[in-house]
Amino acid sequence: MLDDFFIRALIAGIGVAIVTGPLGCFVVWRRLSYFGDTLAHSALLGVTLAYSMQFNIAFSVFIISSLIALTLIQLQKRTNLPGDALLGLLAHSSLAIGLVVIGFLSFIRFDIMGLLFGDILAVTVDDLLIIWIGGALILLVLKLIWKPLFASTVNYELAEAEGLNPDRAKAIFTILMAAIIAISIKMVGLLLITGMLIIPAAMARNISSSPQKMVMYSIIGGLLSVILGLFSSLEFNTASGPSIIAASLLLFILSLLNIKQSIKLKN
Amino acid sequence: MSSNQNILVKLNKAGFSLNNKWLVKGVSLQVEKGKIVTLIGPNGSGKSTTAKIALGIYKKIDGSVEKYTSKVGYVPQKISIDWTLPLRVNDFMVLTESISNDLIDEALSLTGVTHLKDKNLGDLSGGEFQRVLLARAISKKPELLVLDEPVQGVDFTGEIALYELIKKISDELNCGILLISHDLHTVMSATDHVVCLNGHVCCSGSPMDVAKNNEYKALFGEQASQILSRYEHRHDHIHTSEGEIKKN
Repeated sequence: MLDDFFIRALIAGIGVAIVTGPLGCFVVWRRLSYFGDTLAHSALLGVTLAYSMQFNIAFSVFIISSLIALTLIQLQKRTNLPGDALLGLLAHSSLAIGLVVIGFLSFIRFDIMGLLFGDILAVTVDDLLIIWIGGALILLVLKLIWKPLFASTVNYELAEAEGLNPDRAKAIFTILMAAIIAISIKMVGLLLITGMLIIPAAMARNISSSPQKMVMYSIIGGLLSVILGLFSSLEFNTASGPSIIAASLLLFILSLLNIKQSIKLKN
Repeated sequence: MSSNQNILVKLNKAGFSLNNKWLVKGVSLQVEKGKIVTLIGPNGSGKSTTAKIALGIYKKIDGSVEKYTSKVGYVPQKISIDWTLPLRVNDFMVLTESISNDLIDEALSLTGVTHLKDKNLGDLSGGEFQRVLLARAISKKPELLVLDEPVQGVDFTGEIALYELIKKISDELNCGILLISHDLHTVMSATDHVVCLNGHVCCSGSPMDVAKNNEYKALFGEQASQILSRYEHRHDHIHTSEGEIKKN
């Protein structure tokens, strides 16, 4: 069964969607979408390093994205530049360095489109293992830090005052963000990973009344997007990433109908 | 002051500065079990900052804080819930600690908002939200309660009831309370110790002592000190059911 590239892509996509669901909710709640973008852009550098040093791609991306995240935290402490300027600085400079390195690696055959937008043909059995084991680890750690992370998302000072150590939870969450980007890069591509995090979560917000429900709907939305997107990718011979994101946009638009209704009810 | 097992939190000449400006400096105070310490002072006098120092929210401080409990309930002065977070009162109650449904119901009924349990936090009025904040802080039966203007926006009768509740909680749970309030009338009636702040401790002591203090009068005006004496006056006699006035 795993011989079929499409089945492999489907299993990989389902694994990714289960993890991006809850992480995406935190990205929306904590306003981290641009931060996610920055990590994803830096992933290109990770990929090129992986190619040039014969490393595993996911591992290399994870390391580079984590380093960028740590650099960001340091920069925030040392300069007075606003957060978005720092994020832009890191995003574009790491993307540029990645592209420059690609230029030097002319001897390696590079599927840059696949890298940017995802390629379902490229998913191997090894990738499946990385996605499912890595994904399970991410979810486990997220469950462990859920309380302090969620409490500090609602109100940092409340969490700190009542002894929950929000700073540690935030640091761990940053690492989880790097990890999800590392494991999902082959499926969605680095330009669209943040979309996979945000759009299902945004869709879920429109139809949920509690945080738990929002996480659940976000996962379901991600799963539907992956399945719909991959089938249309196969059908229309389009790149997997854009197809998945387009499918999630469709779901988001549908969810807007629900919110309009609830606003009407209120008035 | 001798060492005391009842001390929950103690500030020694604590201060905090931001961007080279002192928000508050040289504050020494302590909160003990079963006692209510109230911080008063004009806007920007460092009341909330002092509370945050006591809570350990500000870490790079001058002086020192000794905290002898980890069971803390906090009602911040300001809290805004983003629309992106779908949060019901019920979810909010278990934010920092998982507590039983019975305890949630009990706390909500104490502050009079049981009927709001399934409502979205964003749909509450200011006063309702304040009651939920207080309910959340007391529901986990803390040893130390820090209340930063806990009754802002609450209607007049509710305000009195909530202050009575705060007093009751301090007695029943034997917890220490650090209270910040503007309402000199109501606060003083239940307070054991008043600290009057204006960037530093300008005076402190029992409500009566503080009311007589000249710095306090300078800060709040003659009227304010009369409020206190009037209050004190009220309690030097009792009205019997026959309408007589009896001296204490």
